[in-house]
Amino acid sequence: MANLEKYSYDVVVIGAGGAGLRAAVEARDAGLSVAIVCKSLFGKAHTVMAEGGAAASMGNVNDNDNWMVHFRDTMRGGKFLNHFRMAELHAKEAPDRIWELEMWGALFDRTKEGKISQRNFGGHEYPRLAHVGDRTGLELIRTMQQRIVALQQKDLRETGDAEKNLKVFAEVTITEILKENGKVAGAYGYRRESGEEILFEAPAVVIATGGVGKTFKITSNSWEGTGDGHALALKAGANLVDMEFLQFHPTGMVWPLSVKGILVTESVRGEGGILTNSLGERFMFKYIPDVFKDKYADNEEEADRWYVDQDNNRRPPELLPRDEVARAINSEVKAGRGTEHGGVFLDVSKRLSAEIIKKRLPSMWHQFYELAGVDITKEAMEVGPTCHYVMGGVEVEPDTAAAVGVDGLFAAGEVAGGMHGSNRLGGNSLTDLLVFGRRAGMGAVEYVKSHGANPVSDATISKAAARIEAPFARTGGENAYSLHQELQEITHNLVGIIRTGEELKEAIVKIADIRKRSANISVTGDRKFNPGFHLAFDLDNMLLVAESTAKSALLREESRGGHTRDDFPGMNSTWRQVNHISSFDGEQVSIKAQPLPVLPKELFDLFDIHELEKYMTPAEIAKGGSN
Amino acid sequence: MTRTLKLRIWRGDDKTGGLQDVTVEANHGEVVLDIIHRVQATQMGDLAVRWNCKAGKCGSCSMEINGKPRLACMTQVASYPEDEVITITPLRAFPVIKDLVTDVSFNYKKAMEIPTVSMPEGVKPGEPRMQQIDVERSQEFRKCIECFLCQDTCHVIRDHEENKKSFAGPRFFIRIAELDMHPLDTLRNRKKTAQEEHGLGMCNITKCCTEVCPEHIRITDNAIIPMKERVVDEKYDPLRWLGSKIRKREGIL
Repeated sequence: MANLEKYSYDVVVIGAGGAGLRAAVEARDAGLSVAIVCKSLFGKAHTVMAEGGAAASMGNVNDNDNWMVHFRDTMRGGKFLNHFRMAELHAKEAPDRIWELEMWGALFDRTKEGKISQRNFGGHEYPRLAHVGDRTGLELIRTMQQRIVALQQKDLRETGDAEKNLKVFAEVTITEILKENGKVAGAYGYRRESGEEILFEAPAVVIATGGVGKTFKITSNSWEGTGDGHALALKAGANLVDMEFLQFHPTGMVWPLSVKGILVTESVRGEGGILTNSLGERFMFKYIPDVFKDKYADNEEEADRWYVDQDNNRRPPELLPRDEVARAINSEVKAGRGTEHGGVFLDVSKRLSAEIIKKRLPSMWHQFYELAGVDITKEAMEVGPTCHYVMGGVEVEPDTAAAVGVDGLFAAGEVAGGMHGSNRLGGNSLTDLLVFGRRAGMGAVEYVKSHGANPVSDATISKAAARIEAPFARTGGENAYSLHQELQEITHNLVGIIRTGEELKEAIVKIADIRKRSANISVTGDRKFNPGFHLAFDLDNMLLVAESTAKSALLREESRGGHTRDDFPGMNSTWRQVNHISSFDGEQVSIKAQPLPVLPKELFDLFDIHELEKYMTPAEIAKGGSN
Repeated sequence: MTRTLKLRIWRGDDKTGGLQDVTVEANHGEVVLDIIHRVQATQMGDLAVRWNCKAGKCGSCSMEINGKPRLACMTQVASYPEDEVITITPLRAFPVIKDLVTDVSFNYKKAMEIPTVSMPEGVKPGEPRMQQIDVERSQEFRKCIECFLCQDTCHVIRDHEENKKSFAGPRFFIRIAELDMHPLDTLRNRKKTAQEEHGLGMCNITKCCTEVCPEHIRITDNAIIPMKERVVDEKYDPLRWLGSKIRKREGIL
């Protein structure tokens, strides 16, 4: 390994989406040297796809809003399976993170008074989402990207070298978190362009790799969502929490096939879009669950009045949390009331003028016009559920984002678990990235200050290098593309939006089989920008994620949020007290049940006791939270 | 529903390469990127192409399709006649790495040369008040997805490597315009540096950049021309220069 490209940093951040960049900014601001490593070009991360907005209780549109209301909404949305401390920190710190973006140059849409405008979204009691039309994610990623450039320009002025202490390594895949003496020592990977290997030595590594959508056949995620960070963390000895919870966004495009799964922002419903089936029925009124009956209108008149008078009317049921809407659409289609292409209709053209639609939902108009030949200012869209987000993820300490069980490892953003419980509210993701990206940066800074460098041994390097070489050494083995497609069929058919015990058992066997065969993948061509080679490594990660999801899902014998069991249709208060912890022994993933942290009294008391009774056991209610 | 498609795909690297003929099936509604993926999965496992979102939002899959700079994910196969051979080549303005992937680092270097937003002193987070109408001008330019198609098509650098040193290109003219029109930004020499350091004067407003922009940003009309006009004004009219700055400062809070 004489020619190995080698670097030393205080902190290595894997992933250049909102969470990774925010972590990097925090660590650099504290004086540390930071490498940002990402699979794509800088500025292309999946954050860019976020459309609707970033939830923060600034109270700019309705001044009744505050962190406590936001906290309650988040817990409700997650069906009380959230880690309370993460939900609390998120609700409290989200406004500061949004205002901070504005100081870094972000230009959000404004209210009449000139404040940051906020829009309605599913599950949020008040208009809460700071937004820029329907391209909020782009604004966030560009602002963070430009903040990184600002810090580099500062370093350039002060040291003559822009990249001395903060460098972006674009188009690099990390294949392994390296450890020495039981602690994180760095990361190893390859440059996608050249296939050449690269070593980062660093005492702290922040994983901010996003989601796992590409494990599924129909997804809103880009190719990057292959669960890299989930798998890297598992292999490094960290745990994943509650991997059974996947969010199927209710509205993805369904036609033409080529665009199936591409996201249709929830803002369409936030701005007044209604859902109807092939009979023309506005069906969502039939699907309001008991726990939400007092907050959602049960008739069209009241639902329509809400758009003009939110204080005296209940919300339209189109704005129920995503899991409820996705299940409702699924049921309608299954009952034979779907559209020609297996979706339902979503129509905003009857509520808003063409001019306003193009202004408020410009990229939706564009997307449907160019890809489906549908003019959404005149006609309805056809939509159906698409795999969008994983609630499960690396088990972390809420305050520091430190991965439980591995010194020097941190995780933030979608790759971290706990914050969203069993279902994420729209808009909570973007602020999650910022709140916990910053905290992961702070956590890494504290860790590096108290722990020195941890050099990587040659033996560790050789082992990591051998793994990368392996698929080239084989010939005539399995094709990574075909195995990936097989995996997607299995997850789609057996671990999808509605699950049964029998199907999950079948999935576990089949996933294990693919994993066995994947050890025999061979790659054609050389190392230079070779997608077949890249997929071989991405696939390995997806297989671990799928195994973890299927096994956790089999154990959880209830339906809650992003986990629906046909054989256990109800929500069960006893199951609410259980987190599923995935760990990996090098051979297979195993799951153990772990008690959910108990809501402390001051947070318990923020809720109406009758509401908590819908989720908690009588014993928990009697106890009234922990002290 | 399906049709048989004849393609010519450029394959090669920085040293050598050429067009290769490929025949592949295409389904209803598919875009060129779908076809490239099918070729990858069935015929050329190592065909290099950049892409991410496949929804026109990230600007990764920029290439030239029948000679036109386009996003492959937003180019419908059906937009080409049945018997037409579709030719797919990498962006011409940037050095090839492999196949359809080019080295776009030029753009990141230019981004580094433009000072980022400079906030007025004493303004605290949460305090700024701006009107929608005032943020909209910059918002138009912030729609940019950095696909660099405008850079690729711009004839100042497309076939003139020698101009790259002194010319930032349309992507960065809208970046400068965005900052210049940003209600909070305090740097006063943006237009001047656009002219003197980033080669604004070399643009002779043929509007090719505007034509290829997938976000339909009016690069020439709303960014380049207004900056050119004001550079000229300010050069000859100091009072007007002062006035514009005072007006801008009043708009801060």
